[in-house]
Amino acid sequence: MYAQMIKSEATKEDPVKLAAFQARIDAGEKIEPKDWMPEGYRKTLIRQIGQHAHSEIVGQLPEGNWITRAPSLERKAILLAKVQDEAGHGLYLYCAAETLGVSRDELTEMLLDGQMKYSSIFSYPTLTWADMGAVGWLVDGAAILNQVPLQRTSYGPYARAMVRICKEESFHQRQGFDIMMKMVNGTAAQKHMAQDALNRLWYPSLMMFGPSDAESVHSEQSMRWKIKINSNDELRQKFVDQTVPQAEYLGLTIPDENLAWNDDKGGYDFSQPDWSEFFDVLKGNGPASVERIEARQTAWDDGAWVREARMAHAAKKQATTLAAE
Amino acid sequence: MSVAGLIRMGDSTLVLGQRVSEWCGHAPALEEDIALANTALDLIGQTQLWLGLAGEREGQGQDADALAYRRDPWDFRNLLLVEQPNRDFGVTMMRQFLFDTWHLEVLRTLAQHPDAEISAIAQKSAKEVTYHRERSTDMVIALGDGTEESQQRMQSALVRLYPYVGEMFTIDPDDLIDMATLRPGFDAHLTATLDKATLTRPASEFAHQGGKTGARHSEHLGHILATMQSLPRSYPDAKW
Amino acid sequence: MTNEWPLYEVFIRGQHGLSHRHVGSLHATDAQHAIQNARDVYTRRKEGVSIWVVPAVQITASSPDDKDALFEPSEDKVYRHPTFFNIPDDVGAM
Repeated sequence: MYAQMIKSEATKEDPVKLAAFQARIDAGEKIEPKDWMPEGYRKTLIRQIGQHAHSEIVGQLPEGNWITRAPSLERKAILLAKVQDEAGHGLYLYCAAETLGVSRDELTEMLLDGQMKYSSIFSYPTLTWADMGAVGWLVDGAAILNQVPLQRTSYGPYARAMVRICKEESFHQRQGFDIMMKMVNGTAAQKHMAQDALNRLWYPSLMMFGPSDAESVHSEQSMRWKIKINSNDELRQKFVDQTVPQAEYLGLTIPDENLAWNDDKGGYDFSQPDWSEFFDVLKGNGPASVERIEARQTAWDDGAWVREARMAHAAKKQATTLAAE
Repeated sequence: MSVAGLIRMGDSTLVLGQRVSEWCGHAPALEEDIALANTALDLIGQTQLWLGLAGEREGQGQDADALAYRRDPWDFRNLLLVEQPNRDFGVTMMRQFLFDTWHLEVLRTLAQHPDAEISAIAQKSAKEVTYHRERSTDMVIALGDGTEESQQRMQSALVRLYPYVGEMFTIDPDDLIDMATLRPGFDAHLTATLDKATLTRPASEFAHQGGKTGARHSEHLGHILATMQSLPRSYPDAKW
Repeated sequence: MTNEWPLYEVFIRGQHGLSHRHVGSLHATDAQHAIQNARDVYTRRKEGVSIWVVPAVQITASSPDDKDALFEPSEDKVYRHPTFFNIPDDVGAM
């Protein structure tokens, strides 16, 4: 998801304290910033929340690519409001991470120097207006499946950020589907764009949930700590099951010859994405990976004088106030 | 005869909204990114109102989208100031500050306009723009009175944009009101702000002309429209 | 990293008559800037009618280690709650 491939950190603390901590989590209590927590829990959360936050911020870029070209004033306003929400979500999440003793600036620098990642999906380009529909419909649809359960995560500030995010995000997927409906009911060119967007974004959307849990030794600890609620495969299945009928409604074809309803499991059988591509993307070899980090780096570098100047001005103002007292 | 004046209002908010929206995802801090998007959203909303009313009054079946997306550069009547590129954050905020200061004076006057539909749009917009002006004023002061580098950047932004101030106040029968009468209010806020920002008002009152009359836009407008209008122009039959 | 804008905690009054509630945090250079940022970040959907901002470093919090000492003593003061007292129905609303 937005926090793919998060390794849980090993923890070597006093077993009595660890057991008491686990008991609190099992009892459904929330862990708050000043509470004792295992170092591994703290570090894993920083990585997970940080990666989630980075994904929101980098996630502004593929959709931001179309704000100046939105085809009507209303579409422009909706898209801008949505991408702005993503900045807000990044902000909430950075604040949640900051309660764990890391600053937003430190997290930003870890994103820029490659120590921290962002979701693979945002390394894919948005080539047509239909991608604005498909991103909302598929990417936000996938994100919601992951984020709704995270509202119950054990770390209080993270859970509260997710509550706010889920509340705001509910219009995102709908606006995407709304764009898709317009496209499939439009001209031949629009229909073509819609199918093309689905073809390109289907497998990257499936990748958002991360590789099969069978291959992940870290999921187990995270699930015990309730910072991961569902397994990757479980959410991916849910996503496919909810999306296939929506695609049918739109009259679009999901680009998977093996897609078929399986009565026994009460869900669809479907093809896995190309996981070697996924690992390439995570290494920074996604089609737009370089541009994404470059854009963030430029914003960071070009904004330095502004951040510095505002601080300098605030210091001067405070000095004047103090002198007057 | 209000159509031309309404189009002037709507074109300026449209072009500036388009410019400001370019910042989304690229601002110096997340808080500023979100704030700039709010400003752009307000401007796009105001555009829908002004151009919507213009289309209605014109009576040729053109709605706000048709006016925004189907006209050519020579039909646009926005101020030259708003089509100037974002360049750095300092230029963007200086442009915003100069525009907001003019805009608020205009809207406060238009709020009293005898035409009820015009005054309704102005009253709604004035609330939004009161906040825009507060924010851009504070930013100009903070960046002007910040570091040596920021002071230099803001001074050069002012020098660069000041030649576009005069056009906002030229007297022209197509404007909804006599813009010249707003200059003293504009100057008072400008002077007070520049003073706090430790910036110096340029000596020359030279003013470029040709935006609001449409006689001579800058080269930038063509690029803005080529981008903004690309989809509706490429697929004239499509609905979005 | 000395130039990082300080953290502010944001409290918003959702409707007239309600108290301010903590909604989240943000970065700003001073109180006025924090109010503006709070307006832009936390009231995009008409969430509020009034904003408070407080520098995060100015907040003093009780320690989780004191939790028992601070809060358990009130647990057995059940007589502070109206349900402790049985008033016959005949008495009417009380």
